[in-house]
Amino acid sequence: MAGLTERLDPVRWMGLPMAACMVGTLLFAAPIRVFGLRPPEPVFAVVLVFAWAVLRPTILAPLFLLIVGLFDDLVWGGRMGLWGLGLLVAYGFVLVTRNMMSGQGRLMMWVWWAATLSVCMGSIYLTVRMLTGNAPDPLAVAGQWLPTVLLYPVADRLIARFEDADPRFR
Amino acid sequence: MSYRDGHFQDLKVPLTWTVGVAVVVAILAAVALLLSDRRESLQSGLVGVGRATADVAASPVGQAISAPGRWTGQAAQFVRDYFGAVDENRRLRAENAELRQWKAAAIALDDTNARYRALLGFRTNPPIPMASAHVILDSRGPFADTRLADAGKEKGVEVGNPVMNERGLVGRVIGVAHGASRVLLLTDVASRTPVLVDRTDARAILTGDASQTPKLEYLRGIDPIKDGDRILTSGDGGMIPRGLPVGTAVKGLDGSWRVRLDADESSIDFVRILLFKDFGQLVNQQELAEPGPPPPATAASSTAPAAATTSAKPVPAKPAASKPAPARPPTASSTSAPATSAPATPVPSTTDAVSVGAARPAPPPPPLPGAKAPDAAAPPAAASTKSE
Repeated sequence: MAGLTERLDPVRWMGLPMAACMVGTLLFAAPIRVFGLRPPEPVFAVVLVFAWAVLRPTILAPLFLLIVGLFDDLVWGGRMGLWGLGLLVAYGFVLVTRNMMSGQGRLMMWVWWAATLSVCMGSIYLTVRMLTGNAPDPLAVAGQWLPTVLLYPVADRLIARFEDADPRFR
Repeated sequence: MSYRDGHFQDLKVPLTWTVGVAVVVAILAAVALLLSDRRESLQSGLVGVGRATADVAASPVGQAISAPGRWTGQAAQFVRDYFGAVDENRRLRAENAELRQWKAAAIALDDTNARYRALLGFRTNPPIPMASAHVILDSRGPFADTRLADAGKEKGVEVGNPVMNERGLVGRVIGVAHGASRVLLLTDVASRTPVLVDRTDARAILTGDASQTPKLEYLRGIDPIKDGDRILTSGDGGMIPRGLPVGTAVKGLDGSWRVRLDADESSIDFVRILLFKDFGQLVNQQELAEPGPPPPATAASSTAPAAATTSAKPVPAKPAASKPAPARPPTASSTSAPATSAPATPVPSTTDAVSVGAARPAPPPPPLPGAKAPDAAAPPAAASTKSE
């Protein structure tokens, strides 16, 4: 088992992925235009939401997700707590549905991933609408939803790397 | 350390429920942060201080991240310039020939305009100093559309300052730190900007909704707008000077009026932050605060009936308004607030300052069709409605 998977060390399955997500967020926030077009802005933190909840529940995850959400708010200049709220709601959604969805095939997991992302962005959409009295353009929301949906292989790889590390949560 | 080893090894709680409680607590913390953040109200509390600190920390990181992109862009531009020099030269010659005609028209109009202003006693707003900045972080999501610029308090930037690129208005500053400032774009879902339709003078509120073309809300008047109308800032509320170019009116697919932003015609990589806080800085505050001498009683009693009678007669009512303007050229040093003329505010050249009244859309205004000299009765009313 040691050759196929890694030990469930909090630094390795939580700390390093969290740092990687932060770096990815910063890199994609660079003011770069490719052929006059702006690159997409995927929400890397949803990888953590999904993978951490699927691997095993842990008390540290909500705290780390709140930190990652605040980081996203600071980098993107949004309201403080907005992304933290969305990520935590999505984490709760995955926790509630994990017994039903764990062990499913790759396609169903991808659908589950898309549903998780929809819950995350939907909660933020409603919050923004409530706070500003103004609804963001659905096309703009789709412009962030779509590239993030394509990030599922990253989450899948993180899950595959640690899924056998703690047999009680397989 | 294995699972549940350590000081709390004898404490057994259902893990899923414990995590659920942790999630709820974290959500409550996020909601508390959300409610305490006053991002668009120009107030800085504890959250604002934390955000400013983060912006200071992110500034060098953003500069390092954006540098390769900038270098690549400059290299690509160099190659494009090299291979496209002939075509560009031809295009510029044609454009130059056209601009010469516009220049002649502009000189004539400027002369006419100066005479009208002198007749009306109209005071133009002084030039507003600006700070140039480079965008180092770029957020483009649907829930936040902001930029981080590398100019902050050390250049005199303050919260609320309007931000432009070379084409038009980009947004306004919502957070300032040393060496960095956060710019809220017009397209952000929390952005509201008072604007006017240049053709009809109709007022509206430009409301961002994360799309590339923000909406025009609260449009007033009958047929106040049509496709292609120029949209400028109205200056209502005093936060943004009047007359800054914003964009062109277009009809959206949903039937609402929207604005295609001038600023989007070029990349928002370099911006100019207008060091304009509000209209209060345009007047001499000390002079304004000085109590003037009380008017003599006889003069007040004699002018009151005169004013009442002039409203019925088509004759100029106010001698002061119809007189040529006093020889007192409005300069930035004489009329702007001390904050803008302080040494900390760099105003190195005329290119680093913009005149509010002179800031017009990119294409030059066409010659006034059938422009006629104002007669003696019309000017006061026109001046009171148009000059603000």
